Amino acid sequence: MGSLLSRLGLECGGKALKEEERHLRANDRELNLSYKYADNAIKTSKYNIFTFLPLNLFEQFQRLANAYFLFLLCLQSIPEVSSLPWYTTVVPLVLVLSMTMAKDSSDDMNRHRCDKQVNNRKVEVLIEGELQSEKWMDVQVGDIIKLENNQFVTADLLLLSSSEPLNLVYIETAELDGETNLKVKQALTVTGELEDSVEKLANFNGEVRCEPPNNRLDKFTGTLTLKGETYSLDNERVLLRGCTLRNTQWCFGLVVFGGPDTKLMQNCGRTTFKRTSIDRLMNVLVLSIFGFLMIMCLILAIGNGIWEYQEGSKFAAFLPKGVNAPFSAFLTFWSYVIILNTVVPISLYVSVEIIRLGNSFYINWDRKMYYPKSDTPAEARTTTLNEELGQIKYIFSDKTGTLTQNIMTFNKCSINGKSYGELLDFSGQRVEINEKTEKVDFSWNNLADPKFCFHDNSLVEVVREGNPEVQAFFRLLALCHTVMPEEKKEGELYYQAQSPDEGALVTAARNFGFVFRSRTPESITVVEMGELVTYELLAVLDFNNVRKRMSVIVRSPEGKLTLYCKGADTIIFERLNPSCSNLTEVTTLHLNEFAGEGLRTLALAYKDIDPEYMEDWKLRHHVANTAMDDREEKLDALYEEIEKGLLLLGSTAVEDKLQDGVPQTIEQLSKADIKIWVLTGDKQETAENIGYSCNMLREEMNEVFIVSANTAEEVRKELQTARRKMTPDGTEEPTVKKSRSGLFCLLKTETVADEPVNGEYAMVINGHSLAFALEKDMEMELLRTACMCQTVICCRVTPMQKAQVVELVKKYKQAVTLAIGDGANDVSMIKAAHIGVGISGQEGMQAVLSSDYSFAQFRYLQRLLLVHGRWSYLRMCKFLRYFFYKNFTFTFVHFWYGFFCGFSAQTIYDEWFITLFNLVYTALPVLSLSLFDQDVNDWWSFQYPQLYTPGQLNQYFSKRAFVYTVLHSGYSSLVLFFIPWAAMYDTVRDDGKEIVDYQSFALLAQTCLLIAVSIQLGLDTHYWTAMNQFFLWGSLSVYFAVIFTMYSNGMFLTLTSSFPFIGTARNSLNQPNVWLTMLLTSVLCVLPVVAYRFLRILLWPTINDKVRYKVRQDKVLPPTPRRVQARRTSTRRSGYAFSHAQGYGDLVTSGKFLRRTPKSRPALFSQTDSPLAQTQPQFYRTISEREEPPLSP
Amino acid sequence: MIASSYNAKEEDGHQPGATGHVGAGTMTNKKPDNTAFKQQRLPAWQPILTAGTVLPAFFVIGLIFIPIGVGLFVTSNNIKEFEIDYTGVDMSNPCYNCSQSYSWNNTKSCTCSVPFSLDQPFESNVFMYYGLSNFYQNHRRYVKSRDDSQLNGDKTSLQSPSKECEPYRSSDKPIAPCGAIANSLFNDTLDLYYIDPNGSRTAIPLVKKGIAWWTDKHVKFRNPSGNNNLTVVFQGTSKPVNWRKPVFELDPSDSDNNGFINEDFIVWMRTAALPTFRKLYRIIQKKPNNMTPTLPRGEYILEVTYNYPVRSFDGRKRMILSTISWMGGKNPFLGIAYITVGSVCFCLGLVLLSIHYRYGKRNNSADISS
Repeated sequence: MGSLLSRLGLECGGKALKEEERHLRANDRELNLSYKYADNAIKTSKYNIFTFLPLNLFEQFQRLANAYFLFLLCLQSIPEVSSLPWYTTVVPLVLVLSMTMAKDSSDDMNRHRCDKQVNNRKVEVLIEGELQSEKWMDVQVGDIIKLENNQFVTADLLLLSSSEPLNLVYIETAELDGETNLKVKQALTVTGELEDSVEKLANFNGEVRCEPPNNRLDKFTGTLTLKGETYSLDNERVLLRGCTLRNTQWCFGLVVFGGPDTKLMQNCGRTTFKRTSIDRLMNVLVLSIFGFLMIMCLILAIGNGIWEYQEGSKFAAFLPKGVNAPFSAFLTFWSYVIILNTVVPISLYVSVEIIRLGNSFYINWDRKMYYPKSDTPAEARTTTLNEELGQIKYIFSDKTGTLTQNIMTFNKCSINGKSYGELLDFSGQRVEINEKTEKVDFSWNNLADPKFCFHDNSLVEVVREGNPEVQAFFRLLALCHTVMPEEKKEGELYYQAQSPDEGALVTAARNFGFVFRSRTPESITVVEMGELVTYELLAVLDFNNVRKRMSVIVRSPEGKLTLYCKGADTIIFERLNPSCSNLTEVTTLHLNEFAGEGLRTLALAYKDIDPEYMEDWKLRHHVANTAMDDREEKLDALYEEIEKGLLLLGSTAVEDKLQDGVPQTIEQLSKADIKIWVLTGDKQETAENIGYSCNMLREEMNEVFIVSANTAEEVRKELQTARRKMTPDGTEEPTVKKSRSGLFCLLKTETVADEPVNGEYAMVINGHSLAFALEKDMEMELLRTACMCQTVICCRVTPMQKAQVVELVKKYKQAVTLAIGDGANDVSMIKAAHIGVGISGQEGMQAVLSSDYSFAQFRYLQRLLLVHGRWSYLRMCKFLRYFFYKNFTFTFVHFWYGFFCGFSAQTIYDEWFITLFNLVYTALPVLSLSLFDQDVNDWWSFQYPQLYTPGQLNQYFSKRAFVYTVLHSGYSSLVLFFIPWAAMYDTVRDDGKEIVDYQSFALLAQTCLLIAVSIQLGLDTHYWTAMNQFFLWGSLSVYFAVIFTMYSNGMFLTLTSSFPFIGTARNSLNQPNVWLTMLLTSVLCVLPVVAYRFLRILLWPTINDKVRYKVRQDKVLPPTPRRVQARRTSTRRSGYAFSHAQGYGDLVTSGKFLRRTPKSRPALFSQTDSPLAQTQPQFYRTISEREEPPLSP
Repeated sequence: MIASSYNAKEEDGHQPGATGHVGAGTMTNKKPDNTAFKQQRLPAWQPILTAGTVLPAFFVIGLIFIPIGVGLFVTSNNIKEFEIDYTGVDMSNPCYNCSQSYSWNNTKSCTCSVPFSLDQPFESNVFMYYGLSNFYQNHRRYVKSRDDSQLNGDKTSLQSPSKECEPYRSSDKPIAPCGAIANSLFNDTLDLYYIDPNGSRTAIPLVKKGIAWWTDKHVKFRNPSGNNNLTVVFQGTSKPVNWRKPVFELDPSDSDNNGFINEDFIVWMRTAALPTFRKLYRIIQKKPNNMTPTLPRGEYILEVTYNYPVRSFDGRKRMILSTISWMGGKNPFLGIAYITVGSVCFCLGLVLLSIHYRYGKRNNSADISS
């Protein structure tokens, strides 16, 4: 869609062809402007001052109902047809239009404000040889701009030079892909030489040719031509809009894509107008109601034709001469269209909007969804989707920042067979750690990180006592890593870690007295318990995905050679000295315990090395390192050789901190039969680990399928194998139910049926496989397999893939989906899902801005769905059922009266009653029903999450329920017309005067109707607040007050023609038989309903009935049992080492990193080594570009 | 389960200590107000349909309705009503000739006498109605064809009646009263004679005042003011097309019953709701201090001045004599309906009770499956 937009934009700009290649020259605005590239301004708003009124009105009249009322208005202006005065339509219509308009304008104003804020950010731009501060929106393609630390990247830039050695810059891409670890980008050597010399930069006239704007975040191809030489450009040279510059003082970049062309904007996904399923159902219903209305009018019109022919023609002596029968029937048809329009009253739409607005306010007001730490209340940003919250079937969740806090903390460790990190009270019981638990005091260590907290004092005591194993443990942590330190001020240390876990470990060592201070290529300086020690760094045996470990070999000042190794426990345990077997057993126990708590574990080991052997090894290492072929294999063999016979030190446990209450929330939601899929950009192991720690993956599951294949065929095979395992006797072909839906049944839908599975399964699929699986021919396979699993985790997925997964489920499951995320990488998914939820309070706001609901913590989701969603859905359904009942009853009575008035479109009620019925007499009671009603309160909603399932199955309001409502109101209208008819037939008042005159009969019929629908309302109300009572009784009293006023002498004498009903109320309502008739109609309307409901509760109680009964029984809430989380042990572990890419090992030892040598600059990371290239699929499809043929990976 | 406890302890604002980490000094606190309304904790009554409430309700309704029904039925049965159709459809009917020869333009009146006999004496006041059938006084074009302002004595409306009155708005001069309703005023004259056993006819006194609603007679209908002489007041208007006399000569015997406030006219102008209707024509008042019934058993003659044509549209004209009760005229429907509904209610109560005893325990005590 984004590209479509830009395409449109280009076309509007006079360029008929789609951009095929981008060509630009630095510092040459004239040339660049000639291409008419989009500038850096973004526009998300819809209207401006002049287009607002026409566009908005046009949009509004596209709504079927509004157009219908406009049509009615035209009908009413024809005197022959008009059966009701014009104001019955105009007043509500104007009200509705202006309300919607006000809302739309305020929405758009907000968008304008946001755009303006972003567009007006300042950035330094090199203009005419000078750095000038410019607004973002004035930045043009081809400009050179200067960025400073912690600034947002303004546009998609080609990196030219930076303050850091090797022309590196560090960027955080959290806004873009959700990953928070820093990424490195490097400028070309030839541009890096420009440094920060304004003069040189101003004279820079390189020409860039590159691909047209697209949404591939990981790919960029282009060339830079400078002084006749051509350099190739790839993704490593490009800074994308949405990233943040970190740890880099400054850098210069050349703007390549601006505004709507940037990858961020191209990745935003399409903005669709979201409608709820109730909305869609309502549209279908309204349409069928129109059909129904037409049929009724047709019947009455035919009746009128016959009547005119048979009776009317002969009646001419008394009636003013009409027209001939067919024409009269034609006119009558339209007159009845006006009279019976109350089947679809415009107040339906107003009320629906008000109810949604009210329920949105409840969300905003909810203190239980307010997060005090960041002072963020929940916010319903869209007010039209509330009831959909009660129907969610699938939740798609991001991981980082949503499920987790994105904080790694060193939590526990096991050193030499002793476990640390847990608090025990005097009786040896485990103490739950919370915010109030006392923290360990690290004030003895002036280099300690103040933010680090640890609760077990014994570890500090041991380390301060000088226990050699413990000291060796922390020494290892301080030495064996690839972290880079930064000491801006004396004593103020910052660690630049490539993975957050590594940072956590080094920080832990720092606090326990082994402070990693600085490093050179050949040495590492550590402050060991206050003492400065410099180790000679002999070798770094770097991490990779196969080795799953990393080692360093250092020489201590005493000359002792030691190899320190940390890695996945299974890998380390294989390489241990046999003497460690006892310790291994104990450590394994501890590791199981840690893993059971969902911590990421790592085993640590060391080995002293014989200097002579080392000499020999080093020699061979050098040979291997310089070998021309099979270098990798040779090195691996060498590493394997030396990392043997290790001595186990212990293990660490790092917590990827979950947000509070995440496992509980997930448990609650799965009890409510909501399926949760995690879609994350993270690595597979990290994602799995989180899956375990938040209880989505469980030990006791039958199997967790891992799909990570490299070719389409393999992926298909893995998916099929998994599916066959789950349903051995299932069909090969999916059972697809084809149906048509939507207005006019034009929409073809295919629904894949749920298949039964024995046992619990889970699936983990990586992005690469997902790319294949989302192909047209395989998506069904993916969907079937995934939907059979309890849990689905997709890792390493791109933002677009997230949206594709959501679209897939939306398309084939016809279920309501919700996407929750916090970063810009979740935006497309949030937009694609029926409901998008943004986690606010974090730094990035993109997700929140495009979301429908936002709050600060994942755990509020259960309240949003199980309480607010459920109530909203319940209320909306109740409202709709009742509203249709009320208006159908109202209208049907007219229909019956048609048979008794010569089908002449005479109304049975007073015109004023028709005008006020929906607006005054019944508006407030219905609103209070649908704003206050709750079947059970929030506490019980949490107790029984199953209460949520009726919503998923559309049980409260469906076509069936609608038909039932129609039949019910048919019955009621029969009662409401024929009982008064029979009771009044040929009767008189108690003084012999008239009572069956038209006016008295109208009064009787309307009063009967109002009382009957009010009682029905009472029956439907489950939660009688004072407001409900007040509005219900108030409306009835208002009714009586109004009729007495309007039928009074005074009103008649002032406006004779408007109030002809003078005296009717006084003369009718003092008659006992009038009241007896009202009583009879009310009882007859209500009795069958009560009997039916009673029987249904008795014989087929729903879950709601049962819970309500239970609530009634236990009036006093039982105290909530406080459950202490059970301790589990797990044999499944994950080391952090899994979770990070090949380290900086080469860089650290190359030495180039620390000495600024701009002349020789080998590529920092070769393309194949880059984390992105290695683990991400090579091509992506966007939703709008399905036809694009896949590139071969 | 855990989650709710979690919320209660952590986020619920009214828990002491929870505000501790908000920072006491923050003025820009976005924490929502803790009111029962905003937190949706309004105190409420939550009724549910249980056997304890539903079954007694059924029995009570049954027990109340049956006596009411019986009372109504008896009352209705005690009302005496006599009805005679004088349309003259059959050859045997005395009014057959009149009904055949009549048209609106006829200037000569046709009279016919319909004999009938009352089997029972009518005590107390007797009300005399004329009834019309198949007469669509509730037709939309008919109902709106009037001008209430004109009837209320508005002078401008008198001279230029509302458009709604078309085509009975003006002939050469504006019509007063205008419109189809007025134009079709019922103009039969009905007289009642008692035939003494000895054969002599006694005219029964018919009271023609007090047959319209008080509000109609005194508020809704008014003669144009200014002059007591109605002839002057209505000058410049013409009579409705079908009328023989102008509006100010409707009742030559009583000047207070003339013009728009003529009660027969008012009664007619109160259009009926249904195509079959009766309208009060005269009242036969109970003779004061007399023990004889108002209408004793015996033979009567109804003298009809047959002016009103209904045969063209298969209409019927009736004359009805009826006594009344506290619940109005004779209509057994309400009584029967109440008895039926009461009995059904009671029986339904019994059925529900038995179902409740058989199945009630099974379901409600069942545990909620999780």
